[in-house]
Amino acid sequence: MLRRQYYMTVGLVLLLVLVVLNLPEQTAGKLKLALGGLFLPLFALAGSAQNLAEQTGNTLAPRSALLQQIDELRKENQRLHEQLAQAQEASRENAQLRRALGWQQRVPWSLKPSRVVGQDPANWWRTIMIDVGLRDKIRPNMTVLTSEGLVGRVTDVGFDRSRVVLVGDPNCRFSAQVQEPRDQSVVAKGIISPSASSLDRLLVDLVYVPGGSLLKPGQPVLTSGDGGIFQKGITVGQIVDVRTNDHGLNLEARVKLAVNLNRLEQVWVMLQ
Amino acid sequence: MNWMNTIAILLVAFLAVFLESYFRGLRNLIGAQIDLLPALVVYASLSANISTVALIATLGGLWFDSLSTNPLGISVLPLFVIGLVVHYCRDLIMREQLYAQFMLGLAASAVAPLFTVLSLIGTGDEPLLGWCSLWQWLVMALGGAAFTPVCFYLFDRFDRAFSYQAQPETSFRPDREIKRDRGRHIDY
Repeated sequence: MLRRQYYMTVGLVLLLVLVVLNLPEQTAGKLKLALGGLFLPLFALAGSAQNLAEQTGNTLAPRSALLQQIDELRKENQRLHEQLAQAQEASRENAQLRRALGWQQRVPWSLKPSRVVGQDPANWWRTIMIDVGLRDKIRPNMTVLTSEGLVGRVTDVGFDRSRVVLVGDPNCRFSAQVQEPRDQSVVAKGIISPSASSLDRLLVDLVYVPGGSLLKPGQPVLTSGDGGIFQKGITVGQIVDVRTNDHGLNLEARVKLAVNLNRLEQVWVMLQ
Repeated sequence: MNWMNTIAILLVAFLAVFLESYFRGLRNLIGAQIDLLPALVVYASLSANISTVALIATLGGLWFDSLSTNPLGISVLPLFVIGLVVHYCRDLIMREQLYAQFMLGLAASAVAPLFTVLSLIGTGDEPLLGWCSLWQWLVMALGGAAFTPVCFYLFDRFDRAFSYQAQPETSFRPDREIKRDRGRHIDY
């Protein structure tokens, strides 16, 4: 009797696993989102508790500290206004030159702010969950970034949440270029891929850089725009060190990411 | 073990998956996230029937995969295999011993991610692996091992609180009772 129960249970579990693993990608995705939806109340509850704790902390902040913060923000606001005026002037000039040369006009970024609600529980993936989805016009492969630089790209989209694959995940390889900080000229191009040798999640590898390229620590790394997923010129990070590979045919560089992926709270999704 | 305990294990599995996804502190601190599901499966295998083990492995695995990039269902089989082996050998395992609980937790928490990663590679996925994965594996195994005795302690207490107490044994046996009376009354 016991042996029969064993066989039946093993058979049922095997059958279920085989069925679920062989579901069409779209159906599996929907099922995954439905199952993940069970956790939404918990995520919402945890988010509310965190907000409450922050608000409580804010009410306990001394008045002098708040006044000092206001003063600092006022100064920063003034500085940003000045920078904006300069940027607007440069933008006008850029548009005029583009018109004169017959180049396509640059489309301004349209950004959607979102909150990070969770991360991948498995150690072998680097993904996060954000609280925007189809209802916010989010689509797969949209760029996710912060003011510091690139975060990753959207992969799966649900109605009110999406999964973002972070820079450094095996599913987020892309082309990047190294710039000379002095004259902004492009030094070399390569592929950003995960650095599995390091425990530091902020380090990635820039591989397949042609040998002989003048890579130096401290040089900024930006998206190259090749591949069609990320727009050109988004900051990725800066070079930490360089080593030769394949008997000098290629160079490899370790890149320190500009964005601290361990401390992500708020991100922006680029809608265009 | 009663049905209340099964529901409690399922609830803890659900919460464990949520906490693994929500709290990033441990991963930021030591570079690895601990998986609590293998420890729960070990407890269930030594305390419940095979159907309960299957239920916990299946639901736990599906919940885990729903919050992960893993293909849906890939984590179910490793958890179930662990549960099946432990359940099959349960008569040989000294479940009350702390050492046995720790070692079982260690083995289960080490085998589960290994089996999952091998399954992922088998299905054509490309998980992030390298030298750092060894460190993550060690942390997962030790973390799961440390959680297993805690799991046994908490669920055994819960089980005691919600089940009938065992009748305390006494030396009294009704069939051996000596009936005392005044004896036979003889009239002379």
